[in-house]
Amino acid sequence: MSGVASGAGLHLSDVACLRGGRMLFRGVSLTLDAGGSALLTGPNGVGKSSLLRLCAGLLPAFAGTVERHGAVALADERLALDSELPLARALDFWARLDRSADGAVAAALDAMALAPLADVPVRMLSTGQRKRAMLARVIASGAPIWLLDEPGNGLDTASLALLGAAVAAHLASGGIVVTASHQPLPLGAPVVLSLTDHLPDPAEWDA
Amino acid sequence: MRTLWLLASRDLGAAWRSSGLWLPVAFLLLVASLYPFAVGPDLTLLRRTGGGMLWIAALLASLLPVDRLIAPDRDAGVLDQMALRGIGDEMVVLARLIAHWLGFGPPLMIATLPAAALLKLDGDTILMLEAGLLVGTPALAALGLLVATLTAGLRSSGALAGLLALPLAVPLLIFGAGTLGDGSGAALKFLAAASLLLVAITPFAGGAAIRAGRE
Repeated sequence: MSGVASGAGLHLSDVACLRGGRMLFRGVSLTLDAGGSALLTGPNGVGKSSLLRLCAGLLPAFAGTVERHGAVALADERLALDSELPLARALDFWARLDRSADGAVAAALDAMALAPLADVPVRMLSTGQRKRAMLARVIASGAPIWLLDEPGNGLDTASLALLGAAVAAHLASGGIVVTASHQPLPLGAPVVLSLTDHLPDPAEWDA
Repeated sequence: MRTLWLLASRDLGAAWRSSGLWLPVAFLLLVASLYPFAVGPDLTLLRRTGGGMLWIAALLASLLPVDRLIAPDRDAGVLDQMALRGIGDEMVVLARLIAHWLGFGPPLMIATLPAAALLKLDGDTILMLEAGLLVGTPALAALGLLVATLTAGLRSSGALAGLLALPLAVPLLIFGAGTLGDGSGAALKFLAAASLLLVAITPFAGGAAIRAGRE
């Protein structure tokens, strides 16, 4: 978990998101400093993933501002690892782009109990193993801000504990974690942000 | 520069592993071996039309890998992960253009030699053909990549890619095939100009297309 810079921060103020002509949420504010974590909750389609992409800077905010201090690592539903490559080499590509320290990939594989699978091609991994590989990619990036979209999907009890330990270690070293999930996760005591509290007023929006 | 090198070497490795590099080469050789059967073993006819036929084959071969240039990485989230790291979409397209040309241009030029032998082309024609391909394949690679960025994320993008690329490829075909019967070298210069233009605009237009397609 080395390489996490102090002074990381994520500040959202009065953010609104418009997708496909529909206002998903508005008035979302969130301030996280080093060591802070947040849990986004709400039913399917309420805009949890969109808020994460907004935090990552991949979506423009319809209103409000998003400020990031520090690099961002995103784990969404897409693996982003070359399926023909062995797992360790696929992770190594991103680690080299991120200029991660030597051994960052090995440490990340250990943290997700994937070391025995380092030589297995990515396409052969099971659902849970792919999810852990994605988390290993996030860990190896050394980015201070982690954005995790449903990180517990497909994970067994032992893997959930690994996820909890990785998140705890990241927060202890001054990182920031934002998680979207509709299932309970062992994530310490995050700020809970329920997007159902930020639904747009339909009458106002239609007018 | 280091980022560009890392991206381009990954793209080239991915193309190699997916064995997509053989597709254009095999296509060119198939056309060259079928053509004499279709028009008959008339030596003068083959000599006169063979070079132009190979240009058509090279142009169509450049459309074959279009659907695996951008769409798989877009669907796997690789492009988003690169954007997260502050790597510009133009840089991603430029790296891919370099890798795509390396995997497409030189193999096609090598495959042209046996293809020219099958069509009984003479030495001067082969020389002009290779010079034309050296100048023209970067344009064909750029055009294929540009169309790939525009059609990534659309259904049945393959057919649409062909429709989009062909009008833009016509000048390349005219100048490329024109080099064969032209002693002045003007056609080669026009081909080089078209090639420069396409190579120069593709990273920007392709980067903009990827950004616009991000949702």
